Amino acid sequence: MADALTRRRFLLRATALGCSAAASPLMTPMTFAQAPGENRLVVIILRGAMDGLDAVRPIGDPLLRQYRPGLGMSLESAATELDGFFALHPALAELMPLWKQGDLAVAHAVSTPYRDKRSHFDGQDLLEAGTGADVDGAQARDGWLNRMLQVLPGAGSETAFAIGRSEMKLMSGRAPVSSWSPDGRLDMSPQARLLLEEIYHDDPLFHDTSMDALAIAESLGLASDDSFGMSSRDMRAAVKAANAAGDASVLASFAARRLNEEARIAAFSLGGWDTHRAQTRGITRALGNLKDAILTLQSELGPRWEKTAVVAVTEFGRTARENGTRGTDHGTGGAMILGGGAIRGGRVYGDWPGLEEAALYARRDLMPTSDVRSYIAWLMHGLYGLDKTTLGTVVFPGLHLADDPGLLA
Amino acid sequence: MAFTPDIAAIRFGEGLAPEIAAPASVEGVLDQLRGADLAAKEFPITPLSDLYGTFAKVSTLQKAARRGRKGPDAQELSKAYKQARRELNLHLEGALAPLLSRSITTEQPFRERLTRFWADHFTVVGKNNLTRNAVPSYIEETIRPHITGRFSDLLKAVMTSPMMLDYLDQNSSVGPNSRGAKGRRGLNENLARELLELHTLGVGGAYAQGDVRQLAELLTGMTTEISRGFVFRPKIVEPGAETVLGQSYGGGPPAVEDVMAFLDDVALHPDTVRHISRKLAVHFTSDRPDEGMIADMADAYAATGGELMAVYEAMLHHPFAWSSFGQKVKQPVDFIVSAMRVLEVPPTSLRQFNRSKRRAYVTGPMTAMGQQWFRPAGPDGWPEEAEAWVTPQGLAARIQWAMAAPSAIFRSLPDPRSFVVAALGDVADEKVTFAARAAETRREGVGLILASPAFQRR
Repeated sequence: MADALTRRRFLLRATALGCSAAASPLMTPMTFAQAPGENRLVVIILRGAMDGLDAVRPIGDPLLRQYRPGLGMSLESAATELDGFFALHPALAELMPLWKQGDLAVAHAVSTPYRDKRSHFDGQDLLEAGTGADVDGAQARDGWLNRMLQVLPGAGSETAFAIGRSEMKLMSGRAPVSSWSPDGRLDMSPQARLLLEEIYHDDPLFHDTSMDALAIAESLGLASDDSFGMSSRDMRAAVKAANAAGDASVLASFAARRLNEEARIAAFSLGGWDTHRAQTRGITRALGNLKDAILTLQSELGPRWEKTAVVAVTEFGRTARENGTRGTDHGTGGAMILGGGAIRGGRVYGDWPGLEEAALYARRDLMPTSDVRSYIAWLMHGLYGLDKTTLGTVVFPGLHLADDPGLLA
Repeated sequence: MAFTPDIAAIRFGEGLAPEIAAPASVEGVLDQLRGADLAAKEFPITPLSDLYGTFAKVSTLQKAARRGRKGPDAQELSKAYKQARRELNLHLEGALAPLLSRSITTEQPFRERLTRFWADHFTVVGKNNLTRNAVPSYIEETIRPHITGRFSDLLKAVMTSPMMLDYLDQNSSVGPNSRGAKGRRGLNENLARELLELHTLGVGGAYAQGDVRQLAELLTGMTTEISRGFVFRPKIVEPGAETVLGQSYGGGPPAVEDVMAFLDDVALHPDTVRHISRKLAVHFTSDRPDEGMIADMADAYAATGGELMAVYEAMLHHPFAWSSFGQKVKQPVDFIVSAMRVLEVPPTSLRQFNRSKRRAYVTGPMTAMGQQWFRPAGPDGWPEEAEAWVTPQGLAARIQWAMAAPSAIFRSLPDPRSFVVAALGDVADEKVTFAARAAETRREGVGLILASPAFQRR
């Protein structure tokens, strides 16, 4: 009977993000699962469709400048040249030392299976669901990072952290995960806690979420039992923290601190990629944030950087040609950025399809020649020892893994 | 569950208020939309077109400051520009007080809810230093007057609003073969795509990339000017007819009527009818709404040519509107205004809030709850699903606000034992009532009631 009840609750909670199986922190001390090894994975979702052809420019192809006369493609790129054919966008120049030491790589001409309708929101849903295009992303019940946790031996509720305020569907699902924003706090008197638990008792969503919130806030030292809580002065101080909490370096720093403790997996989002107009300005800013995130992770992870893989993925790429307003519209193939000491960097992975019109997808977008999921699956294989069958059926159902690209150092 | 006045006030209003009667019937809810818009009159917000003069002035000062930045008057010019910009921003940020006051005191709360629904459906974000705080003015001028009219009129108002044309880049889109393109400028697909995907047909609708492209061509010429608002520019209109969704538009001399003809048609497209009906149902009743109710709403839409009153009527008269009570979780803005409504925060206090108090009590906490004031991440607006809001970090922020804000705003708080009745009426449950009695302080008692699922849900 108890089992049946537990199971039912388990299923009821299956779709909510951050539904950890942690028991009430009032009843039992927080228990930490044994961490699944020392390797760390950070997933950064670039929301809004990063222009892969601008972030990692195929400067060796003269068509690039022809297609994009107004996007600054002909600027001097000696400082960010990668391999004689590709160059990083100048906003990523500070990542060049990582490239040179083999801690930065790119997978180019990649995409999810999403095609043709070019909707950000459907594109992101499919990216996070990690399914094939035959499954409606919005209908998917869980995300691929959560499904990986479901098969990862030794994973506990503090193994994976979704960071920030925006929903991270790639981490939602049956496996317990933690979810928090760097500015979060929870201050209540012991009596108020008991009463709150009582009030939430019959509402599974509020109950489970509040238990998670209490457990996380406590374990991070962000909870007090101050029965006076926040004064109006504290509320003003909280605004400052709230304003900074979305910054790339603050998100990355929070991630690094978790990864220096029990966590092995972290995910957060960076926005600002939807550069329909005046792209040069917009993407410089967005790439600067991505650069900050990667460098913050490197500096704050210390020696653990060597065991870390960072993957930055986006829902799709943008048009090969600039549009009429010095920007680019929604496209298909794009780029994925990989960093970390665990990565075999200093190279651009993938089959380059070329930019001739006939080689473009729908004569408009960079042709995707590989699936982002395949690269991520190989990373999981290398970092966590997950076998190909599990990866192709459970984590990314229906994915045919391409040959091992050898992403890991 | 069936209709009760308290449920009506909570689901289709801004929540209960000690001194304001809840609607006595379903018709009572609809009656709120039938008379004059009282709250807008009592707490005015500057409509966008009244700002064009100020926009022009600030922009002229900015240009002068930029031109003269190396001249002898550089400091003076820069000061004049910054002063004018500051005045504009202070004025626009001040819209927070009337916005909250309307929700707190109105006897027509369904109007406020519908205004927010449509403002979200037609999300814009102010992208430049003039418009960054002007979204309430856009809503006042473009959305609010149309929420009880025809969908096509609302759609046309939005598509000719400077805020939308700027937000989704239509302003700079040029017909590549037009005279104005001079072989250099061209199309931007942004508005065309979102118009089909978000505003009308829905992403599952019957359109393809070719329709997006053709619509982008059809929309050329729809631009704005800072001092005048909407301007149709024949010179940049793509020559020739365009075929969108199987129908041909234009072909003669450039005319804004061609775009309007398309907007009239797409407003009545079966996919639009369905998409709009479903979206309203999701927002007001359930993340998984009853298909029968959506069908009734869609029928009413189709039968009246998109009269929104008829669609609301169909929704409210369907039993699911009441039986699904409690399935929605309030968004942060709804949570905060409903708490302020039952706490009776006086409009005079709100007017006196300075910037730091506005941020500490309202906009900062809303950001922590996941809803940055008038700055959603994309044109799809705010999420609907309960799970998107009730996250550990989001819920923690709600609890923090519930425990801290009331006592920061008021010197004395109501007795939790009476507050539980005022806040929850006939939806109060035993556990909340018990907690109201058992709390150690008024502050925590009030906080627990506001943090309870009974108050957070609707």
